[in-house]
Amino acid sequence: MLTTILVASVLLGGAYALMAMGLTLQYGVARIMNLASGETLMGAAFGSFCLFTALQIGPLLSLVLIVPLAFAINWAIYRWLLSPLVRRAKNQGMLEVDSILATFGLLFVIEGAMLAGFGGNYYSYSFLAQPVTLLGHSFGLNRVVAFGVAALVALGLYFGLNRTRYGTAIRAVAVDPVAAGLVAIDVPRAAAFAFALGSALTACGGSLLSMFLTFNASMGVVFTMKALIIVIMGGVGDPRGAVIAAFLLALVETLVAALVDPGLTLAATYLLFVLTLLFRPQGLMGRRA
Amino acid sequence: MRKHLIGTLAVSAALMAAGLVQAQEIKSIKIGTAAAKTGPGAGGAGVTHWPNVKLWVAQVNKGGGILLKSAGNKRVPVELIEYDDRSSNDDAVKAIERLATQDKADFIIAPWGTGANLATAPVFAKYGYPQIAVTSVTDKGPELAKRWPNSFWLLGGGQHMAGSLVELLKKMNAEGKIGKKVAMVHVADGYGLDMVAGARPALKAAGFDVVYDKSYPLGTQDLSPIVNEIKGLNPDAFIAFSYPPDTFGFTEQSKIAGFNPKVFYVGVGGAFPVYRNKFSAATIEGVMGTGGWDVASPKIQDYIKAHKEANGGNEPDAWASSVQYAALEMLQQAIERVGALDRAAVTKELGSGEFDTVIGKLKLKGNVRENPWAVGQWQGGSFYGLSPTNLPGAHTPILKPAWK
Repeated sequence: MLTTILVASVLLGGAYALMAMGLTLQYGVARIMNLASGETLMGAAFGSFCLFTALQIGPLLSLVLIVPLAFAINWAIYRWLLSPLVRRAKNQGMLEVDSILATFGLLFVIEGAMLAGFGGNYYSYSFLAQPVTLLGHSFGLNRVVAFGVAALVALGLYFGLNRTRYGTAIRAVAVDPVAAGLVAIDVPRAAAFAFALGSALTACGGSLLSMFLTFNASMGVVFTMKALIIVIMGGVGDPRGAVIAAFLLALVETLVAALVDPGLTLAATYLLFVLTLLFRPQGLMGRRA
Repeated sequence: MRKHLIGTLAVSAALMAAGLVQAQEIKSIKIGTAAAKTGPGAGGAGVTHWPNVKLWVAQVNKGGGILLKSAGNKRVPVELIEYDDRSSNDDAVKAIERLATQDKADFIIAPWGTGANLATAPVFAKYGYPQIAVTSVTDKGPELAKRWPNSFWLLGGGQHMAGSLVELLKKMNAEGKIGKKVAMVHVADGYGLDMVAGARPALKAAGFDVVYDKSYPLGTQDLSPIVNEIKGLNPDAFIAFSYPPDTFGFTEQSKIAGFNPKVFYVGVGGAFPVYRNKFSAATIEGVMGTGGWDVASPKIQDYIKAHKEANGGNEPDAWASSVQYAALEMLQQAIERVGALDRAAVTKELGSGEFDTVIGKLKLKGNVRENPWAVGQWQGGSFYGLSPTNLPGAHTPILKPAWK
C-alpha cells in the first residue's frame, strides 16, 4: 500500500515539476510572471496530438520539434512584446504588474488561436498506455516515461545553471539584475534566454502530459494555477524549490486520496500552501527579501 | 354607426397594411444562441451544443428556411446570432438579455449546461421566449415547468438516470450475472452530485452493498489512488459519475491496473466518439456510460451521417447531441404549425403538440420529456441504449470482457 502511494506520488510529482520548472525560471530570472504558462503547455499538447494523429510521430520524438519551436516563439514574444515593458518599468513591482497584465492578454490570444483551430472539444490519444510493474504494482508506462524525462530535464537544468558559465550569468541576473549588468553580463539577453527557456520547458511538459491527460483548448488555466502554487511554495526563481514543492504537493495529494478521502485533495493542497505562506513566506528554497 | 364603420375600416386597413409590411419585411428569422466557446464548459458545449446548432441551421437553410404563413406562405431562412457565454452563468444571463432586447431575436436556443439553463430561465420567462432546455440534468423539470411555463426539460435528472442504472444492475443481479458489491465514485460538481444523490437511495433500496462511496475534486489529474483502492475491494460493479477528463482517466488507469469489474460505468464522455477513438472499439467493449440512443434506427443513422458532413467528419455523441438536434426540430415544426413568429403560440404548441424528430416521436408531458435514455453500453464499436429497458431499441447488457 505504502509503496504504491510512494511510487504514484513520485510519478505525479514529476508531472507537476514539469508544469512548474519553466514558470519559476521565467519569474526568477526574467521577472515575468507568465500567466500564459498553461496555454503554452496546452499549445504543446495540441502540437503533440497533431503530430501523433496526423503523422504518427510519437510525443517523445515530437519534443525535438516542439521544444525548439517554443523556444523561438517565446524568444520573439519576449523581444517584441515584453522587453518594452521591461525598459519602461521603473522598478520590479511595476514590471510584475505590467507583465502580469501583458501575459494575461497573451493567455487569451493563445487560447483564442487554439479555440479557432480545434474548437472547444476534448482531445486525447493513447500512447504507451500499457502497464509497467514497479515494486510489485502496475503503473502507466507513459507516466513513468514522463517522469524519466522530467528527471532528465531537471538534472540538465541544474547542471546548466550551476556548472556552466552562462548558467552562472543567469543566476547572477536572478540575484541582482543591476549588479549583473555591472559585471558585463548582457542582462536583456539573459532575461530573454531565461524566458524562452522557461517556455520551452513548459512546452516539453505539455508534450509529455498529453500522453495521459485529456485536454481541451480552455484548460490552460488549470495548469497555470497549479504551477503558480508550486512556484510560490518552492520559492520564486529557484528550480530546486519548485521540484521539491512539486513532489511535496504530489505526496500530500496522493496520501490524502488513498488514506483519507479523494474529495479532500484540493483542501489538502491549499492547506499546505497556506501553511507554507504562514511559516516560510519566501518559499521553501527562497531567499528572504 | 358610421363612425364605428370607419373605425373598423381603419383598423382593418391598418392590420392589412401591417400584414403586408410584415410579409415583405421578414427576410430572415433571427435565432439567438449563447453557450460556452471558452472556459470549462467549452469542451462539453463543443460536443453537444454548437455542432448541432450548426447542423440544424445548415439543414433548415438548405431547404429554403422555415415555412411561414405570415410571410406569404414562403420559406424564410434562419439567421443565427451567436454569443460565447465563457462558461459563466452571469454571462449567459447577459447574453440572453441582449438577444431578447438588443438583437430582437425571434427565438432563442436554450444555453448549454444545467447551471446556465437554471440561471437563464427567469430571463426567458421575462421576455416570453420558449426555452427548450436539453443539456440540463435536473430532476426538478416538473417543478421548473410549473414555475416557468415557457420552459421545457428534455434530458431527465439524476434521480431518473441513476435510478435507471440501479434498475439495470438489479436486473443483472436477479439474473445471476453480477453480485451485490458496488463501488461508486463521483466528481464533486453539478453532475456528479446530482447523480450520486439519485444513486445512493436507489442502491440502498435495491439492497446493494456499497463498498466505496467517495468524491474527488474537479480537475484531479491522478486517479490511480482511487482506482487502486477500489481494485482492492474487488466490486462487481464500478460506477464513476465523472466528467470527460476523468472518464478518460478512470478508463486508462483501470486498464493499466488490470481492474476489470463485470460492470464498468463511466459518466459524461463515455458516450463521446472521441472516447472510442482514443481507446479503440476492442478496448472499451462492454463499458457502460451515461446516455444512450436507438442507434440502429434509420433516423439516427441519417442524423449521424448529416452531423459528420456538417462538422468536418465529427460524429455526434450518443447522449445529448441527438436530443439537442431534436429540440431544434421541435422548434421548427412548432413555428411552422403556428405559421407566424408568435412566441406565445409557439410555446403553447411546444407543450401540447407531438413532433417527429431524429429521436422518434416526441410529445412532452407537463413540459418534460418522459423516460429519456439513461444508460448505454459500447458493443462492437457502437454505443447502444440499455436502460430504461422498455424503450424501443434497448439492447441487452453484456458483462465487461477483459481489457484489450
